[in-house]
Amino acid sequence: MDVPGLGQAFAAQLVRDLRLGFRHIGQAANPLVFFVMVTTLFPLALSPSPQLLAAIAPGVVWVSALLASLLAAESLFRQDVEDGTMEQLALSPQPLSLLLLAKTTAHWLMTGLPLVIMAPVVGHALFLPGEAVPTTMAALALATPTLSLVGGMMAALTVGLRRGGGLLSLLILPVVMPVLIFGARATDMASGGMETSGVLSLLAALMLLALSLSPLAMAAAMRISLD
Amino acid sequence: MSTTLAPWFGWLALLLIVAGTIGGLFLAPADYQQGDGFRIIYVHVPSAWLSMFAYVVMASSAAVGLIWRIKLCHSLAAAAAPVGASFTFLALATGSIWGKPMWGTWWVWDARLTAELVLLFLYFGYMALRAAIDDENRADRASALLAIIGVINIPIIKYSVEWWNTLHQPATISKIGKPSIDTEMLIPLLLMWLGFTCYFFFLLLVRGRAEILSRERNKQWLKDALGATS
Repeated sequence: MDVPGLGQAFAAQLVRDLRLGFRHIGQAANPLVFFVMVTTLFPLALSPSPQLLAAIAPGVVWVSALLASLLAAESLFRQDVEDGTMEQLALSPQPLSLLLLAKTTAHWLMTGLPLVIMAPVVGHALFLPGEAVPTTMAALALATPTLSLVGGMMAALTVGLRRGGGLLSLLILPVVMPVLIFGARATDMASGGMETSGVLSLLAALMLLALSLSPLAMAAAMRISLD
Repeated sequence: MSTTLAPWFGWLALLLIVAGTIGGLFLAPADYQQGDGFRIIYVHVPSAWLSMFAYVVMASSAAVGLIWRIKLCHSLAAAAAPVGASFTFLALATGSIWGKPMWGTWWVWDARLTAELVLLFLYFGYMALRAAIDDENRADRASALLAIIGVINIPIIKYSVEWWNTLHQPATISKIGKPSIDTEMLIPLLLMWLGFTCYFFFLLLVRGRAEILSRERNKQWLKDALGATS
């Protein structure tokens, strides 16, 4: 039997997941809607004064993005484990870590990237200074893959559980705290007109670390969850 | 082995803690700045040390269990988690009690405090994951993986909060830092530290034994062993 190469398998998995995602576009859009709604809660709950909002905007944008990614992580593998697709993937000749990485990439394209694109709108609504917007987008573009990968790891650990929801947040949040710290710092520094390349490099380093280690952990976790 | 070693650690811990307490509370001189208030250090520092040490013990035995599939190690990791969480909580609580009169506040978002709090959350996550999985074998391996992920993350979390703090604001409250501690104060601290560590191993052995007994409660070898002694 002719076994497709690694790149081919990755692409096939990516295309399949994207196609599935676009057929249920409403479900994929949930985290984005959630992101926008959480950010609207803050002006309502605190006060609509521009000074206050501008002061808290970096924190609000980042906390909302983090919560949205938590929500997204929940649905990452569930469907495939329930209908047995995941077992087929685990039995396939290609490494499971690669296929799960492809799934996470597709998931990031559906849920993480929209957050990055939406960030200027949300930032503007919160009176975030205009010069902070490009940095925030860059930082989010670097941070959301990390969030997706960590979410994927923990989702793989909890996927077989009936009461996984609250547990998943409990597992993800402590681990992604550095991302929140550096991300909010980048936005904050940019709105103060400071040099942000150092913080962005740290975010990139975290992303690379997650990218290199988490597929292995994801595959190991998935194998544990499957048997 | 546990039966022979546990009492040794238990008595040694009791002895050292009593000696350390006497030394710390009565013999050591009062701090020139903090007066007698500093004496809480004799509980605070050992428990903070153990909160980290217990995590390392838990994660390394979990890793050994995961890699070489040794059930005993999983039992030990499971036994270490609540103990470690308790020490973490104790370190945070004594820190707060200490912070109130010295810094004037129960809590500051200082790097060390935040890192310790995150450590507590990691313990909680570990125990929650273990509790959520019914199948014992799966619970062992899933939580072992989580513990290993946590170990990789602890340095990252630690440095990120340190940088965050230094970038965020200058230290509003000067920390005690590293006072060139007096020998008379140091000896009780070392005694307490050893005592707490012995106490940890005592708890680990007792809890680990209970864990193994409850896991193997239906096994023949256990019935044989118990039948032979009773």
